[in-house]
Amino acid sequence: MERATPHFHEELDTLKARLLEMGGLAEERVRLSIQALVERDSALVDEVLSGDDPLNRLHIEIDQRGFTLVALHQPVATDLRMIVSAIKINTDLERIGDLAVNIAEAARRYLKHPPVKPLIDIPQMASIAQTMLRDALDAFVRRDPDLAQAVLDRDDRLDGLKTQVFRELLTYMLQDHSTIEPGLDLILVSRHLERIGDHATNIAEDVIFMVSAKDVRHQAIDDRP
Amino acid sequence: MSEPKIAADGVNFYYGTKRALHDIRVAIRPHVVTAFIGPSGCGKSTFLRTLNRMNDLIPDTRLEGSIKIDGQDIYAPSVDVVSLRRRVGMVFQKSNPFPKSIFENVAYGLRINRIANGRADLSHRVEESLKAAALWDEVKDRLHEPALSLSGGQQQRLCIARALAIKPDIVLMDEPASALDPIATQRIEELIYQLKDQYTIVIVTHNMQQAARVSDFTAFFWLGRLVEYNETRKIFTAPAEKLTEDYVTGRFG
Amino acid sequence: MTSRYHADRAFAVLGLLGLLAALAALAALLLDVIADGAPHLSWQFLTSYPSRFAASAGILPAILGTFYVIVLTALMAVPVGVAAAVYLEEYGAQGRLGRIIEINIANLAGVPSIVYGLLGLGLFVRALSLGRSVVAGAATLALLVLPVVILATREALRAVPKTLREGSYALGATKWQTTQLQVLPAALPGILTGIILALSRAIGETAPLIIVGAVAYVRFVPDSLWSPFTVLPIQIFNWVSRPQAGFAANAAAGILVLLVMLLLMNGAAIFVRDRYQRRRAA
Repeated sequence: MERATPHFHEELDTLKARLLEMGGLAEERVRLSIQALVERDSALVDEVLSGDDPLNRLHIEIDQRGFTLVALHQPVATDLRMIVSAIKINTDLERIGDLAVNIAEAARRYLKHPPVKPLIDIPQMASIAQTMLRDALDAFVRRDPDLAQAVLDRDDRLDGLKTQVFRELLTYMLQDHSTIEPGLDLILVSRHLERIGDHATNIAEDVIFMVSAKDVRHQAIDDRP
Repeated sequence: MSEPKIAADGVNFYYGTKRALHDIRVAIRPHVVTAFIGPSGCGKSTFLRTLNRMNDLIPDTRLEGSIKIDGQDIYAPSVDVVSLRRRVGMVFQKSNPFPKSIFENVAYGLRINRIANGRADLSHRVEESLKAAALWDEVKDRLHEPALSLSGGQQQRLCIARALAIKPDIVLMDEPASALDPIATQRIEELIYQLKDQYTIVIVTHNMQQAARVSDFTAFFWLGRLVEYNETRKIFTAPAEKLTEDYVTGRFG
Repeated sequence: MTSRYHADRAFAVLGLLGLLAALAALAALLLDVIADGAPHLSWQFLTSYPSRFAASAGILPAILGTFYVIVLTALMAVPVGVAAAVYLEEYGAQGRLGRIIEINIANLAGVPSIVYGLLGLGLFVRALSLGRSVVAGAATLALLVLPVVILATREALRAVPKTLREGSYALGATKWQTTQLQVLPAALPGILTGIILALSRAIGETAPLIIVGAVAYVRFVPDSLWSPFTVLPIQIFNWVSRPQAGFAANAAAGILVLLVMLLLMNGAAIFVRDRYQRRRAA
């Protein structure tokens, strides 16, 4: 038996739709920024740097919608967890958008120099991070805790790749001092990608809370010997 | 804002020598739901009843100031109160269906105002009103049974159908769901949401959460004064007056 | 705690005893009357005229007289009484003036009936030249029971919940529409009860009718509104005051007839009231 009125549910659906729209935008911007780096496309870099507005507007809108829903409809249980999770995911998505901008800025600096090395690991990291984000958002839509858990499990791979990128670039930079500047930018990019993965895991944790009311954050602390 | 539907200015209302409303000034928009909230005795019901001059029925009462509906002063001496009440309908706190059949309850307003043209038109209008009040499916097979045999929530929806039958512009509701259980209340709230496209609705409620759920604009009354009037969203997320804030957060009242 | 319980029981027992005492007295009276009068009830008794001989005396004029007078009284008192009550309650004076009127009407209900008889004699019989007629008698009785009708109707109107009136006004009804279509129908059972009370009183009135001129020895049936008449109580009174033994039996039989008429009248009214209530509520 539904307690809430249908127009409350319409509002909930709209909130979810906006969140997914924002997720799509964030995904897109990460993809474009990496593509610009790999393909050495300055025009694309500029596009990413200037196209921040839609994401920011959605960020504000989603927070307002969530806030209003709580104030006016007194949601409880599943509805309340969904709304609170949406507000938190909103923050993570906005940060991901910012990280995409950061990648683009690093790309712009990198493109001023000749390429240091063929980019293999970084695109791979990007692919993993993007998949994690997409899966986390899918898990949100489908309310699928297993899919969310899978995202959490993939985080380690991303960390491993980041370390690998660092070691490899360190070698290059020690050998040839002219590669230090661009090399540092690549290391930055790898760090940004790793942070994107972290935000994706945050989203996955929020999804698990939303579905099962279990707070799985910071579990690694208890698990560490 | 374009012409407000209801415009009150400098309204003071007296029961004998006791002043119940102080300088009320408010402009109510058309096709929205406006809620009056406030603690018991704050004057919200009194003010509601000035809008269709139901207070005229109480002896020794007096109104100062002006109340205009569609730009016309409803307290002007030339105003026909009976036709005012046809345009401004009312639903009461405790549902008060007439001790007649369901059909006759809805038809009553049509009959006394001589609205329908013949029996078929009358039946059609009764059916329309019952559908508008989301009651038709439940009563279509027993239209001639007594209205008092319906449940509380159904009776209240019947009273809404009765009010809608004469096609008012404005529907006033004085705590329409306060005597009902939560499920019946929710149905009434959903009905109000559906009706606002066609009517202007003003609802008095002592249940703040109901005002939050159902209304677009909220007016907060306190001791006979209008303390704050704004979009419901603003009243419940960031009220301007401290008094309003204290009331909606439950600090008192 | 036990003492409260005892007091409770004691009150119930005392109440019951009081009721039984009253019923016993009534039963004794009825049984006495039935014993004396039942043997004398016959078709001949019911359809013949009074005579000097007890055996052949009949009660027809009295029956018909009572019937006509009561019907006329009802026709006069009910519309006037209900209208007056409606005016006073729905339209009429509020505050002090209203209270004064109410007190006076209540007082009128308690005025001894013989005073009404004198009023009737002076006003209807003499001043309006209606003579010692059925219509004068009915008018007198109508005045007598008018306060009862007004008071009962007012109570019935007051018992109609305010919310019913408000609901009607809120739909744009005028005062008259509300009164006619909602208030009066809702008050009707109470009004009918008031009418029953009023007519039950009227049917037993003797003194005012004697003064107005109902004679005890009519050998004819009233043939018009203006003809002389008699009523059952007067006929019974007359027979009771005759020395011959046979007339006592006649009187008892007459009482029985009066009681039966009363029961029939009340029964009819209660039947109408119940049918009406059931149609509105069931």
